Amino acid sequence: MAKQPTNKVLLDIHRRMVRIRHFEEQAGKLMEDGKIPGALHLYVGQEAVASGVMVHLSDQDQITSTHRGHGHLIAKGGEFDRMFAELYGRATGYCKGKGGSMHICNMELGMLGANGIVGAGPPIAMGAAFANRYRKNKQVAVAFFGDGASNEGSFHEAANMAALYKLPAVFVCENNGYGEYTAQVNHQAVVDVADRAAGYGMPGVIVDGMDAIAVYEAAGDAIARARKGQGPTLLECKTYRFYDHVGVRGMGLTYRTDEEVQRWMKRDPIKLFEKHLADLKVLSKKQAEAVHAEVLADVKAGVAFAEQSPLPDVSTLLDDVYSVAS
Amino acid sequence: MSAVASEVKNRQLPYVAAITEGLREVLKEQPDAFVAGEDVAQAGGVYGSFRGLLEEFGPERIYDTPISEKGIVGLAVGSAAAGLRPVIDIMFMDFIGECMDEIANQMAKMRFMFGGSATLPITVLTMAGAGANLAAQHSQSLEAWLAHLPGLKVVMPATPYDAKGLIISASRDNNPVFVILNKMSLGMMGDVPEGAYTVPIGKANIVRTGKNYTIVTLGRMLGEALKAAKTLSEIGIDAEVIDARSVQPFDTDTVVASVKKTHRAMIVHEAVRFGGFGAEIAAQIQEIAFDYLDAPVARVGAPFSPVPFSPALEKVYVPDAARIVATARAQLGL
Repeated sequence: MAKQPTNKVLLDIHRRMVRIRHFEEQAGKLMEDGKIPGALHLYVGQEAVASGVMVHLSDQDQITSTHRGHGHLIAKGGEFDRMFAELYGRATGYCKGKGGSMHICNMELGMLGANGIVGAGPPIAMGAAFANRYRKNKQVAVAFFGDGASNEGSFHEAANMAALYKLPAVFVCENNGYGEYTAQVNHQAVVDVADRAAGYGMPGVIVDGMDAIAVYEAAGDAIARARKGQGPTLLECKTYRFYDHVGVRGMGLTYRTDEEVQRWMKRDPIKLFEKHLADLKVLSKKQAEAVHAEVLADVKAGVAFAEQSPLPDVSTLLDDVYSVAS
Repeated sequence: MSAVASEVKNRQLPYVAAITEGLREVLKEQPDAFVAGEDVAQAGGVYGSFRGLLEEFGPERIYDTPISEKGIVGLAVGSAAAGLRPVIDIMFMDFIGECMDEIANQMAKMRFMFGGSATLPITVLTMAGAGANLAAQHSQSLEAWLAHLPGLKVVMPATPYDAKGLIISASRDNNPVFVILNKMSLGMMGDVPEGAYTVPIGKANIVRTGKNYTIVTLGRMLGEALKAAKTLSEIGIDAEVIDARSVQPFDTDTVVASVKKTHRAMIVHEAVRFGGFGAEIAAQIQEIAFDYLDAPVARVGAPFSPVPFSPALEKVYVPDAARIVATARAQLGL
């Protein structure tokens, strides 16, 4: 029943994944170099999830994101120049420098914000799904959240209400095995977050979150179901973040072993996908390299744009606390 | 004036019916408005303030929700971000603790964090107030919690007229607006015109003019202050009574202009006095009009304890006209 991706879709997913990877690697370097202020939560390792889901969505479909939100915005169509500008705290950023990494958004792309509060996204996505149903417009809203967020009451209230009202919503749990610095085994008794779907009368589906095609197919089913008015799905993607909760250190951490990291890195979602695309003769090694080169050029241009952009004028500090339009 | 016109002009309604009328006007004029909350549809609200809305506007506009305050506020934030104009009800104000993240970190901050790209035209109705023997978790006045959050507007209608008008104003506002109602005012009668009208948000109302004393009230304390003003007039105090109506934004100008005229001021609210919104008003008065003051600014509020259950205790807990008079006498040495 799952829809097979066309070659065009496969290449689209690949490009989204590569864009996330190189943006994040560069953002991490810039944070280490002290050029980007504050904290960054990098999405490296989880690219297949955002890309495999987002390729099904239009700009009118909404998503809510997490503190690890750059990947979601990139996969939803975010441009590097305005994204880097936001991370740099520049006036040209998507949030005019008011939000930064943890609140980066683009309302026109239906990306209702990264979020600094774990578990805050699902109720907001549920509300957006409600608006879609209210307007009978066939749009869906997708909430991305982690295994850690699945312990927040907000997730449970949103899941219950979305199922109760049969809203066009999809709850995508990116189970990367850790709630911040605490392993899943130490923060919840269930192994599969998807088990929780039964408590709300919605299907719970588990996929390999390192396999972009598996994510694509399962997300396609869940999104189609939502669009048809059949209600929400909880889609759990088993994945892994290659770096620390914050920043770019991957190895030598107290709360996880290097062996574990290496085991997951052998299943790097981009390498897996590129091998698969090569086997299918959809994308040769040379063609893949060309995609990487193009994306890296975009990254370079994005950073240059950010660095040349003005800082916000201090006179704008109090702007946008309120809407003054009546 | 014809008899009919005069009858319409003087139409009296209880506060609870004025709330319902305000909601009806909102639902009539704004197709993107819907109402959601606990027990608001089938039951018409615990106090009947939503009665008849389901029958008139149907289940596509009026929603019973689960007892899930985070979900209710999330519903409002997400649907507003997606273009609707939600009206939600948090049954008792005390329950905002259940959804404070959704209020404080999402609803209040989203527009600012997103560089102005999000607009959240949300109306939140909630019921505050002590005096009904509902004890510590169903009686609080927590307006100071909300007024402290940049991004929210907070109004406290004291009369049926203001209840209806402020609900309509809140729904037309493109910001999240909390309308804090008072359960002890539900039966209060007052003039309520038919049809839609607005009461400006952020504009205080001089309900009684006076020469030598200013009393600023929040919400239901207006009635107590008016009673107190009568008593005070017998001892030479001619009090100007100002209903703040809105605590965020707060109408500093009207209050300061009054104090410059009267030279003495008191603030009265039902909330716990310590750290209450009265402290903010007192600070603003002394910052702007220090040289005009003939006495320290007095504050009347609840003692520093949770709201007690026993009627014997609650009676002394909630500020009233007698306490206002006694505080004024002490303040002025009369």
